[in-house]
Amino acid sequence: MLASRHIMTMDDVTADEIALILETAESFAEVNQRRIKKLPTLRGRTVVNLFFEPSTRTRTSFEIAAKRLSADGINFSASSSATVKGETLRDTAKTLAAMACDLVVVRHKYAGAPQMLAEVMDCSIVNGGDGVHEHPTQALLDLYTMRQALGKLAGLRVGIVGDICHSRVAGSLVPALRKVGATPVVIAPPTLLPARPDVLGAEVMWDLDEALPALDVCYLLRVQFERADAMPFPSNREYASLYGMNLARMAKLPRHAIVMHPGPMNRGVEISADVADSDRSVILEQVESGVAVRMAVMYLLLGGADSGAAA
Amino acid sequence: MALLLKGGRVVDAAAGLDAVLDIVVRDGEIVGVGEGLTIPKGETVDCSEKVVLPGLADVHTHLREPGREYKETIASGTRAAAHGGFTAVACMPNTDPVCDSGSKVRFALERAAAEGIVRVYPIGAITKSIAGEQLAEIGDMIAEGAVAFSDDGKGVQSAGMTRIAMDYIKRFGATLVAHCEDESLAGHGVVNEGAVSTRMGLPGIPAAAEETIVARDIALAELTGCRLHLAHVSTAGSVALVRGAKARGVHVTCEATPHHLFLDEDAITAYDTNLKMNPPLRAAKDREALVAGLLDGTVDCIATDHAPHAPHEKELEFELAPFGTTGLETALSLVVTHLVATDTLGWAEVSNLMCHGPRAALGLPEMRLEAGFPADITIVDPEARVEVTAEWFASKSRNSAFLGTSLLGKASEVLVGGKWVLRNGKVAG
Repeated sequence: MLASRHIMTMDDVTADEIALILETAESFAEVNQRRIKKLPTLRGRTVVNLFFEPSTRTRTSFEIAAKRLSADGINFSASSSATVKGETLRDTAKTLAAMACDLVVVRHKYAGAPQMLAEVMDCSIVNGGDGVHEHPTQALLDLYTMRQALGKLAGLRVGIVGDICHSRVAGSLVPALRKVGATPVVIAPPTLLPARPDVLGAEVMWDLDEALPALDVCYLLRVQFERADAMPFPSNREYASLYGMNLARMAKLPRHAIVMHPGPMNRGVEISADVADSDRSVILEQVESGVAVRMAVMYLLLGGADSGAAA
Repeated sequence: MALLLKGGRVVDAAAGLDAVLDIVVRDGEIVGVGEGLTIPKGETVDCSEKVVLPGLADVHTHLREPGREYKETIASGTRAAAHGGFTAVACMPNTDPVCDSGSKVRFALERAAAEGIVRVYPIGAITKSIAGEQLAEIGDMIAEGAVAFSDDGKGVQSAGMTRIAMDYIKRFGATLVAHCEDESLAGHGVVNEGAVSTRMGLPGIPAAAEETIVARDIALAELTGCRLHLAHVSTAGSVALVRGAKARGVHVTCEATPHHLFLDEDAITAYDTNLKMNPPLRAAKDREALVAGLLDGTVDCIATDHAPHAPHEKELEFELAPFGTTGLETALSLVVTHLVATDTLGWAEVSNLMCHGPRAALGLPEMRLEAGFPADITIVDPEARVEVTAEWFASKSRNSAFLGTSLLGKASEVLVGGKWVLRNGKVAG
């Protein structure tokens, strides 16, 4: 089991716990290959997907994970909720708390929303992405995917390329990589970097071409124009020419290196179609790992052992 | 009816006093300061073990009336001021409607006369509706009693508009109080840009958003000759700019708030919205530079930027909650706890930073512990312990950055014009 009852940031899990989550996910991944993909583990437990931002892949991934563990999953999305009537997050949380759910997965436009829920709710909180802050289950599924593809995590050099300052994926992946002994390198123009990437523990490079030959993983991020105050570079064309992953750049990577992307992709901007669809790309494997890793997280947070073994 | 304040440690830098003395008050005025004074009849108050200061003034208060009376009113805000040891507050014009005309200044003064328990000095808006586009009726506001002009809360974005305002305000000998923030740099920022903004995933406000405007407004003060007061300076760079300008003889003064003097961004570890203020809590080096500026005279005064907000407004996501902390009731105790009790500052300096400095910066009437001055007097119990709890405030709001702390030193008695507004630590009336 885990020491913290929540996974709101990567600070909530230790290196040993990351190893446990990945190990547990591996056994669930096996279940996901069966014809009947359902376990009775969380029968009678209630998991609420509280999504205040539109999301397809993350919400679906959590939903499938909950269903495969036989939990009762409820989707609560902002468009159908009280928030459009002006209810505050705190009141929404109190309302849900009164319904006695066991685990809430929250995605929210603003940083700190999971912490606010944890203050007023007496259940486990999993951060499904808060503002530009963190998205810890994404980082965990990325670690899982890297380990499956490369056989290890310690010692890997992982280049995270693009819109670092608006990326909750980078916000969790950088500290997660540090915890498992890998080296995160953030690669972006200064207009897309946070003020102090060093406090997260990342090396910083401005030049992708210079970085490529030493990378084991090249992790591309979508530019989140919707979060930027001003256009952070002159044009998509110039961005693609300096930071876009294409076949010519892929050839500069070591032979064993893989290409990753958390999705959704902007083909032709940060990644070319032929790279996205190449055999070096593990983008669909990331999605697949997502279900198993989220099953592991729910199982470990809800102390599933008391209702049966993992698999 | 006479009043004798007996045997307190009377400290007033302007009057050159720091001794155990008696003060006699009659008809709202100080009539005598000296040793072994007596009165034939009237009330004698034992001030031994107390420090007696000229009435403290806060030149940066948000009283919220009119328009936001659920946060604070002139009645509740002046009670909070008395509770904190202040005998006068200058109130910012960003009410609803904005205090940008003579009639609105008159409204504030009439309400203060009817409901207030300390002196209220309205600050008028520089531009209509603090929109930064057109001068407000400065002359009319002066005629009604406005003491200074500010678009506090926003700041005038255009250098050209600021220049016109300074040239015009100069004609009345008044002071422009600058809220220094370049909105194109501050963006949607909610905390200092740096380690904390990165770690917490919150948009940052760089120090340069303040410093570029501090530099700009100092240059414009040099150009126009207008009196300039910089509100809530928060960065080491701003302190250095003011130090340089003063050395060149520019008429510039500045204030620092208790939260910027005694807290830094490292306090923001959870998403506690009581720590969200504008300018934001800065880095430790900025905090140290502010204290150094206080000690070497670069920073002229301590001002609270008392910014009350209701719980339902502050109990939101950090990025959505309004900026501001209350400050009137904790300022003096914080100064005693962090500066006086640590022997960093003496009481004479406290009288400068919390009474004479702020009054001089805005050109408010001088208050001294001398015969002939109004009896605006703050009596401090330097050994009193203060537990800052939600129930302790006289303000309508309790959004204090210092909630839950334990402080040393508290105003025990306050006289305004010879009338008790605080007695035994309790607000009168």
